[in-house]
Amino acid sequence: MTTNDIAIHAQRLTKSFGAVRAVQEASFAVSRGEIFGLVGPDGAGKTTIMRMLAGVLRPDAGEIAVDGVDVVAEAERAKLRISYMPQRFGLYEDLTVAENIFFYGELFSVSRDARITRGRELLEAAGLLPFQRRLAGQLSGGMKQKLGLVCALIHTPRVLLLDEPTTGVDPVSRRDFWAILYNLRENGVTIFISTAYMDEAERCSRLALLHAGAIRHCDTPARLKQAMPGALLAIYASDPRSLRDIISGQPGVLGVLLMGDRVHVRVDNPERRIPQLKSLLAGQGAGEMEIKPAEPGIEDVFVALVGQEGTA
Amino acid sequence: MAYKEMLQIRRDPRSLAIALLMPLMQMAMLGYGVSLDIRHVPLCVYDQENSQQSRAIVDQFISSGWFSISQTLDRQSDIRHAMDRGECVAALVIPADFSRQLATTGSANMQAVFDATDVNTTNIALGYAQGVVAQANAQIAADWNASHGVHPSPVGQIDLEPGTWFNETLDSRNFIIPGVVAVILALVGAQLTSLTISREWERGTMEQLISTPVSALEVMFGKLLPYFAIGLIDAGFCLISAVAWFGIPFRGSIVTLFVTTTLFNVVVLGIGYLISVRIRSQLGASQIALLVTMLPTTLLSGYTFPIDQMPAPIQAISLIVYPRYFVTILRAIFLKGSGLSDLWMPLAGLSCYAVIILWLAARAFRKRLD
Ligand SMILES: Nc1ncnc2c1ncn2[C@@H]1O[C@H](COP(=O)(O)OP(=O)(O)OP(=O)(O)O)[C@@H](O)[C@H]1O
Ligand SMILES: [Mg+2]
Repeated sequence: MTTNDIAIHAQRLTKSFGAVRAVQEASFAVSRGEIFGLVGPDGAGKTTIMRMLAGVLRPDAGEIAVDGVDVVAEAERAKLRISYMPQRFGLYEDLTVAENIFFYGELFSVSRDARITRGRELLEAAGLLPFQRRLAGQLSGGMKQKLGLVCALIHTPRVLLLDEPTTGVDPVSRRDFWAILYNLRENGVTIFISTAYMDEAERCSRLALLHAGAIRHCDTPARLKQAMPGALLAIYASDPRSLRDIISGQPGVLGVLLMGDRVHVRVDNPERRIPQLKSLLAGQGAGEMEIKPAEPGIEDVFVALVGQEGTA
Repeated sequence: MAYKEMLQIRRDPRSLAIALLMPLMQMAMLGYGVSLDIRHVPLCVYDQENSQQSRAIVDQFISSGWFSISQTLDRQSDIRHAMDRGECVAALVIPADFSRQLATTGSANMQAVFDATDVNTTNIALGYAQGVVAQANAQIAADWNASHGVHPSPVGQIDLEPGTWFNETLDSRNFIIPGVVAVILALVGAQLTSLTISREWERGTMEQLISTPVSALEVMFGKLLPYFAIGLIDAGFCLISAVAWFGIPFRGSIVTLFVTTTLFNVVVLGIGYLISVRIRSQLGASQIALLVTMLPTTLLSGYTFPIDQMPAPIQAISLIVYPRYFVTILRAIFLKGSGLSDLWMPLAGLSCYAVIILWLAARAFRKRLD
């Protein structure tokens, strides 16, 4: 990877708010055309990193280059190449869809004609064309986020920073949203996204696992899974909560994670542990249960590698 | 930026209506407060002589229309009581030797006591009383001269025309109303823009706005421009109502009025914007704007309390109270018909203000969250 291929380069980024050390020495490099994911629990420092990359928050220490421009020293020049979509909806609810797009185009000095033609294309891709004249405040959550994306794309940015763009958005809209993101990547746009959804994390080309302001691991989803120690078993149960309490702390059990209707158990040796767990549960009068090996998800990996529950 | 701001203003017709009607309401309140209510000032009379001549002067007070007798008293100490109970605002004390003094020396003393709780009313009532007495004196002088024949008819030198007196009393109103316009525009203008930036913070639109390459100047002019138009409309309303409603004579030129009002608008809107940039909550910003404009403006702008009668240190402070310049300017344009060249001093004061405020405001806007 030559420096020319690097879209975002952060080195030892550090930011504190009073006694809270929100981000500590975070370093990472994102290549051009990557979809780079930032995963971490609430308060891990995702938003703080985004803000520093967007040039709206000054790091206490560290360096950031976006598209070769030093964001700390030349924030305004960097902003021309970036689009940032904050976690909280940042558009004007008392303006219509079209007016918001027009305004953001103006801020980036996009010509009037380009705003109209490109705005149309983007709205079409987002399925928002019929809602042009609707006030942004009256859109559904998913439509709002898609409008945010349209506004962010009106000036064809080199780097897109998206802070939990799909939180609270229905699955169909999320799929549309990701379709747009893939399309952008085809066109060489670099996407830096934080997400609370594990299925979305899987779609990223690389992931940074963030915990308490520090990046603990950074790799492709596949390699992160390979790096997970032990093997994963899934146990389906009618009362997974009490199941978790029974299994925790048993010999050979490295970790137990509640996954809705089932429990994920990470063990050192599945061949040996499956019969052992079966007899344990039978002895507890829990009846016959299905225990089978499972593919780890990013959440399992996060818990295994970071030692704590991942995101929502 | 300005276009977007204009759209947002239009989407909120209630706030727009308030912005446009507020100054008119304040005009009505302040305008009537200082000028029109001052008729039939309740007056107590303690006439120690009760002669034909003393009764004649009391009658003149009543017939002027500015006073009405609320009580006639028998003791000096009753005056205090009547005022304490709010039964009168002014009291007239006529000494027992009033007509004798007048007949022998041609002059006599008469005491007028005012309840100074409401300085405004007192000042104006005092003016009226002096008017009535002056009118009476002129009559007496004429009578004196006629009977003693000292001078050849001085009547022509002392104006007895009742119309003149009417004008005389109106003068205090002519003086105050232009000041009221300046004060209202100062208050309303700062309120208008005090919400512009804090609104973006509160609604959560600021983070995205500052992530764009928009410049601090673009934001400032974008925010100020639409409110500048509203401020000018407000000024138009106030100025027209001063003439049409309160009957203030307008002797100056519209162009001078427009130029000076424009400049003043820049200053007051700039102040509101500066506050908005510094205070991130809308409520906080609007309250600070009120505080910053209200007290100095009402006390030190000279719109009711003449600046040249203030103690020297306070006069010095009033130099930074920007509405005072506009009070001076409006009075001069309305009453004296002054042009721009006559007004260079207050205009220079306002211009300095405009430049400094806009410079501070542009610098104060930081495109950062911390
Ligand atoms: N402006 C601020 N002032 C004080 N503390 C802050 C500020 N912004 C963030 N923090 C603190 O810094 C830490 C990291 O916050 P941040 O918002 O970056 O987390 P996050 O990963 O985005 O969380 P979430 O998933 O809830 O959005 C938290 O402890 C938070 O309380
Ligand atoms: Mg966040």
